[in-house]
Amino acid sequence: MARMTMIEAVRSAMDVSMARDDDVVVFGEDVGYFGGVFRCTQGLQAKYGKTRCFDTPISESGIVGAAIGMAAYGLKPCVEIQFADYMYPAYDQITQEAARIRYRSNGDFTCPIVLRMPTGGGIFGGQTHSQSPEALFTHVCGLKVVVPSNPFDAKGLLISSIEDPDPVMFLEPKRLYNGPFDGHHERPVTPWSKHELGEVPEGHYTIPIGKAEIRRAGSAVTVVAYGTMVHVALAAAEDAGIDAEVIDLRSLLPLDLDTIVQSVSKTGRCVVVHEATLTSGFGAEVVSLLQEHCFYHLEAPVVRVAGWDTPYPHAQEWDYFPGPARVGRALAEVMEA
Amino acid sequence: MTEFAQLSLHVPEPAVRPGGQPDFSNVKIAKAGAVPRPEVDVAPEDIRDLAYSIIRVLNRDGEAVGPWSGMLSDEALRAGLRHMMKLRAFDARMLMAQRQGKTSFYMQHLGEEAVSCAFRKALRAGDMNFPTYRQAGLLIADDYPMVEMMNQIFSNERDPLHGRQLPIMYSSKEHGFFTVSGNLATQYVQAVGWAMASAIKNDERIAAGWIGDGSTAESDFHSALVFASTYKAPVILNIVNNQWAISTFQGIARGGSGTFAARGLGFGIPALRVDGNDYLAVYAVACWAAERARRNLGPTLIEYVTYRVGAHSTSDDPSAYRPKTESEAWPLGDPVLRLKKHLIVKGVWSEERHTQAEAEIMDEVIEAQKEAEHHGTLHAGGRPSVRDIFEGVYAEMPPHLRRQRQKAGY
Ligand SMILES: Cc1ncc(C[n+]2csc(CCOP(=O)(O)OP(=O)(O)O)c2C)c(N)n1
Repeated sequence: MARMTMIEAVRSAMDVSMARDDDVVVFGEDVGYFGGVFRCTQGLQAKYGKTRCFDTPISESGIVGAAIGMAAYGLKPCVEIQFADYMYPAYDQITQEAARIRYRSNGDFTCPIVLRMPTGGGIFGGQTHSQSPEALFTHVCGLKVVVPSNPFDAKGLLISSIEDPDPVMFLEPKRLYNGPFDGHHERPVTPWSKHELGEVPEGHYTIPIGKAEIRRAGSAVTVVAYGTMVHVALAAAEDAGIDAEVIDLRSLLPLDLDTIVQSVSKTGRCVVVHEATLTSGFGAEVVSLLQEHCFYHLEAPVVRVAGWDTPYPHAQEWDYFPGPARVGRALAEVMEA
Repeated sequence: MTEFAQLSLHVPEPAVRPGGQPDFSNVKIAKAGAVPRPEVDVAPEDIRDLAYSIIRVLNRDGEAVGPWSGMLSDEALRAGLRHMMKLRAFDARMLMAQRQGKTSFYMQHLGEEAVSCAFRKALRAGDMNFPTYRQAGLLIADDYPMVEMMNQIFSNERDPLHGRQLPIMYSSKEHGFFTVSGNLATQYVQAVGWAMASAIKNDERIAAGWIGDGSTAESDFHSALVFASTYKAPVILNIVNNQWAISTFQGIARGGSGTFAARGLGFGIPALRVDGNDYLAVYAVACWAAERARRNLGPTLIEYVTYRVGAHSTSDDPSAYRPKTESEAWPLGDPVLRLKKHLIVKGVWSEERHTQAEAEIMDEVIEAQKEAEHHGTLHAGGRPSVRDIFEGVYAEMPPHLRRQRQKAGY
C-alpha cells in the first residue's frame, strides 16, 4: 500500500497495465517526454520506451482514429485527450467509429481503447478547460463511461477499463487530482494523503465497471452523484446534519440501476447532483429511471442540482459549480415535501 | 498587376454541364512508359514531379512499355482480367437485384475495376485495407466468396453482419478488409494507426487506406497525412480520383491548381499519380509503395486517375449534372478493354476466349446469386433475427440492453 494522489493512482494503473501486457500503449499530446500537462504519464516513456509511450501531433481526430486502427491490429491503446473540452474534433471517431466497430463487423473487428480525459471545473480553467461532456457519451451505444471520485477507484477502474474489450471513456475530475475537495472553495483542499481512499495498492487490482458504491449510508434521502460531486454531496449532508445516503455511481454506462433503486425505495427521496449543465444532463436519465422503477416509493419529487445552462464562466466559476450550499437547499426541499 | 476592386468569391465549375460537349483537354496525360521508375529508397524531394505526371504502362496499341512494365506473368494478367470481369458482372447483377427490390441500395465500380483488383495483388495475406465503399475488387481479387458478399447485400439469414450494415459495407478480417464505415475519411487515419501498431510490434505487415477525391477535403485526411508522415508509418495512402463526388466535380475539393497527389508533398510523403484504368500501372505502383512500406521506408501517397462511369449509387442520377457522353470521352479508356487488348496483342488471349470467359463468369455470378437468394433477400425469405439487434453492441450485454431485448420480446 502507498498513499497516492489521483494523478499518481492513474499513472500507477497505466504502469501496472503496461508492465503486465506489452500490447498496452499510451499516447497523446505532451504525454511522452514531459509526462502530460497534469503529469499523469510521467516516467512511462523512460520506463517503457518511446514506442509504447509517445507524443502525438495536436490532432484529436488523428489521435483517436490512430488508436482505433491500433486496436483493430490488436493493441490496447490508452490515450490521453489533454482536456475533455478538446475531444470534440474526435467526437466523430469516438461515436461513429470506436463505438460501432464491434457491432457493424459482428465482432470481426473490435475496439478496446481507453480515452482518458480531465473533466470538470473548479480550477479557474474558463469555458474551454472545465467541461463535463459525459452525457454526450452516455447517449452513444457501444461506449462505456467511467468517472472515478478517488485514487483507489481511479486505479482499479482504469485497469478494468484498459482490460475491457470495448471502448471506455475515462473521465478524470481534475478538481480531485490532488485531494478530496469538499466543495468549499475558500478552504484548502485536503490532500489525498490524509484520506483513506488515498491508500492505494501498488500492484494490480480491478474494480468492476458498472458497480456503484455507497459512500455514506443513510435512511432519510438518497443523493446520487459521481466524480467531484460525491465530495460535495458528502459535505452537504454533513453540513445539513441530514441522514442522507450518498451513492457514488463510478460508471454511468453501464449504470448500476439496482443500487439506486434499492436506496431510493428505502429512503423515498432523492437528489441527483452533477456538475454538467442541467438540461438533458445525465441527471435527467437518473430521474427518468427513478420515475419508472420507484414511482410508488417516492414521497417527494426528485430534485436535480447541476451546473447552470450556460457556458462555464471563468471569474464566477464558484457560483457555477454546485457546492454544498446548493445541494443543502435541495436536500431541505425534498425533506420538506 | 490587376486593379484593386470589390472582392468577389470564386466558385469553381467543371468544364461542361449536361448538354455540353465533354472536354478533357485539361487532363494532361503523359505518354505510356514516359515516367521514370525511381528506386524505392529515393528521397521524396527528388521525385516531386511524380505527383504531377501520370504513370502509365499500356499504350494505345495495347503494348506494355517503359520502366514500370514487365512485372506480371501472363497467368497473373489473365487472372487480373478475370477479376475485373467478375466485379463488372457482379455489379451488373446486383444493380439489377436492387432495381427488383431485393435490396435497398447498391454502389457499382464501373470504370474503376483496375484500381482495387490490381492493388490487392500487391498486398500479402495479413496486410490490412481500410477501404471505402467502391473497393469490392479487394475482396473479389482475394477470392472472397461472392455468395457471402451477396448475403450481406441482401441482409439475409446468412448475412455475416446480421443485417446491421448498409449493403456493400462488407467486413472481413481474414481477407484484410476492415469493416466499411459510412462516414467518409474516418478510416484513412485508422489505417495509419494500424500501420503504426504493426511497426510498434516490429511486424512485417502493412496497411492501406482508401479515400475518394471529394473526401480528401475532410480533416481526417489531413490528420492521416500528419500521423503517417510524423511516424513514418508503413501505410499506403490511396486516393481514388474518379472525377466526381456525387454531383460535385473534383475541382471543388482540389481547387484550381495542383493535384491530389501533390497534397502529400508538403508532408514529405512520396506522392505518385497513376493511370487508374491501367491494370499494369496500378499494380506496378502499388508494388513500389508496398515495398517501401515493407522496407520500413514509410508511407506513400498514390492518386489513381480514373473516371466513375456509372452513377454514384443507385440513388443518383448523373445525367442531371454531367454530359451523358462524358464517360466515352474519358481519355484513359476502359480498364477491362485495355487489359483484354494487351493480352490479345501478346497472343495469350482472344476474342473467343473472352466471350467464353464472360459467359462462364456470368454463370458463376448467377449461381452465387441463386444460392444467396435461397437464404433470403431484404424483403423476402430468411432474415436475421430481431435478437441480433441487441447482440454485439458490447462484448458482454449490459443489463439495460438485456431489459430492452426482453421488452422487444426476445
Ligand atoms: C462525413 C460524410 N459526409 C457526407 C457523406 C455523404 N456522401 C457519401 S458519398 C459522398 C461523395 C464522396 O465522393 P468521393 O470521396 O469523391 O468518392 P466517390 O464516391 O467518388 O468514389 C458523399 C458526400 C458521407 N457518407 N460522409
